[in-house]
Amino acid sequence: MALNFKKETFREDYTYSNSGESIKRFPFPFPEDQYMYSVNIEPHTKGKPGSVCEFAFDIDEHYVAECLDKRITLEQDPGRYQALPHMMDAQWDFLELTMEALAQDYPEHFSLQKQGLIWTWENKPLGIKDTFTFGDTSTLATEPFDYIGRQLQGDFVLLDHRDETLYADAGIVTSQADWSLAFNVGMSWREWHGPVPRATELGVMDRALKYLLNLQLGSPVRRLNWTMTVNPRLDTSPENYPHWGSDRNTVNADNVADLVHLRVELQTLFRLPRSNAIVFSIRCYLISLKDIATYPRWAKRLHRVQKTMHPDLIEYKGMTKFHPLMVDWLAKFDDGEALTVGTHAE
Amino acid sequence: MSMINVKVVAIEQVTPLVKHFTFVKEDGSSLPAFSGGSHVVVSLDIGGRIHRNPYSLMGSPMENEAYHISVRKQENSRGGSVFMHENVTVGMPLKITYPVNLFSLAKKGRKHILIAGGIGITPFMSQIADLNRMNANYELHYAYRSPEHGAFAAQLKEKCGDHLHCYIDSQGQRLDLQALLNDQPLGTHVYVCGPNAMVLATLDTARNLGWPENHIHSEQFLSPPTGEPFKIQLARSNIEIQVSAEMSMLEAIEAAGVEADYLCRGGVCGRCELDVLETDGALEHNDHFLTDTEKASCKKIMPCVSRAKGERLVLDL
Ligand code: HEM
Ligand code: FES
Repeated sequence: MALNFKKETFREDYTYSNSGESIKRFPFPFPEDQYMYSVNIEPHTKGKPGSVCEFAFDIDEHYVAECLDKRITLEQDPGRYQALPHMMDAQWDFLELTMEALAQDYPEHFSLQKQGLIWTWENKPLGIKDTFTFGDTSTLATEPFDYIGRQLQGDFVLLDHRDETLYADAGIVTSQADWSLAFNVGMSWREWHGPVPRATELGVMDRALKYLLNLQLGSPVRRLNWTMTVNPRLDTSPENYPHWGSDRNTVNADNVADLVHLRVELQTLFRLPRSNAIVFSIRCYLISLKDIATYPRWAKRLHRVQKTMHPDLIEYKGMTKFHPLMVDWLAKFDDGEALTVGTHAE
Repeated sequence: MSMINVKVVAIEQVTPLVKHFTFVKEDGSSLPAFSGGSHVVVSLDIGGRIHRNPYSLMGSPMENEAYHISVRKQENSRGGSVFMHENVTVGMPLKITYPVNLFSLAKKGRKHILIAGGIGITPFMSQIADLNRMNANYELHYAYRSPEHGAFAAQLKEKCGDHLHCYIDSQGQRLDLQALLNDQPLGTHVYVCGPNAMVLATLDTARNLGWPENHIHSEQFLSPPTGEPFKIQLARSNIEIQVSAEMSMLEAIEAAGVEADYLCRGGVCGRCELDVLETDGALEHNDHFLTDTEKASCKKIMPCVSRAKGERLVLDL
């Protein structure tokens, strides 16, 4: 089925919105009335048709607008793309994985023709068609990871596997929840997860790392992470904090449902073949409180989760300023009905 | 675990004890690319019992039409190598895992010293393809019993040229580890695969010379956790289930039609945890979730990876 790509913005006038279909398929992250960090990793197997997990890499109605927003961010700050020299094999692995997946899963929008090592890639929504030699960097205008990373929704980090840990040795990161690629590049698992409160004490981080070191080719995994963002802004980076940090002060009881967005990251991890590296993909979905409330079950659930949120997490996720307003607004949907376990909308 | 269906397309006797096997995908499509040092686990159905043996992939990682492995016949083992030598024939279908790499090259290494003894040469065959492609600075030191056991010496000479140094035991040639490892530039990595004594000697020598631990690499084959078959009783469902050697407890429970929780299926998330109501034997805890105290108490088990050894295990499910 061909997608209808929307014209919309993720900055300044914020014309971003979700269609009814898009709301329905939103990856709501709360199966229970309370939330705490856990090793919520599961096999990234094929989900139901239409769901965000139907395919390895999800493309939706926001695709074209997101790629445009990514381009603006990269132009303003080229440091959002970094790749250490020993990651070149991983770059080509990544290009192969994503081009093959897109061409197979969305044939009306993308195609990949191979004549031995001579490949022709066509991206119809973005009007791109290029022929290059797989493995020969001189045949592409930019590095392969940069080339294809710009043509995908979401952020990507390539991790080198050495010394029994993972190092973030390359990345293209333009829609992150307040962490910096420039700061994290070259760091190891324990270093970049240092700021996360409580998770280390719970043993979550050590167990997750052990699991990922065993990640196998052909058996990708996924997890959801979430935060709340004021305005549908993709680029909530520390570098651009002055452009968005103060938005939190603009929230009031009248506009809270329109301004405050649940930001869910569908994080997937794939082992790469030639480099033995791992790709960490962070695909961001945004939905306003108002749109969440079109499904009463979600509104009730979100109310309970937020009402009982651990204070450390409220602070770490930057929700302190508007958290009470959000809980108050959601309260009116919650009649106290018992909800079964699960993230479904109805 | 995802498996690949392959078939054997060629078998060659390369030394008196070593056979070389070539696999292609059963449906004719290409095999996944892999990285130097990877192995696959081959499943063999030997009289109804599944044996799983890991073998290094020897071809170039860039070639994905066929996979190549070499198998040394281990006469005194019950394992699969005798079966591979005597029963596996051209045209036979086999199941293998996706490639796994537990012996990868350090991509940031400035120089690489590879030390192989006998059949231990196999993981280096694919690494050499990577090193040549990257124009890396490396030396391959290959020790073997006698000329007829130097399985791949000629082929290696062609591929590695001056990088190759051979040591033939029957001709009195010995590899002097002390001299080799004593005088290497900063940023050198050493890799060893071969008989146990050789691996230990290399590790010892390097450590005594003060090499950093993360610059010393050796291949240790750990097969995926399988085990002896055992029985379990599910108290609430009131049924008894047989867990076969090649199945996990969770898979056996699912196959019996009982719904069980799980998420990671890899022993970390904690979702599949079951209460043990009764047990008469040792539990084989293979997970990373339970604490040591919990494991010792025998009150809980993670059925996605753990197993049991005794006659009786009753679970609260
Ligand atoms: C391997 C790829 C991964 C990378 C590169 C990565 C990176 C990061 C970074 C940069 C942060 C932000 C830290 C900060 O505040 O500065 C973070 C947060 C976090 N990560 Fe990861 N991570 C990865 C995988 C995982 C996995 C598999 C888990 C599973 C448990 C996990 C759990 C978390 C949690 C719980 C947080 C806190 C997020 C929040 O509360 O908003 N990460 N991660
Ligand atoms: S399913 Fe995750 S520990 Fe068993």
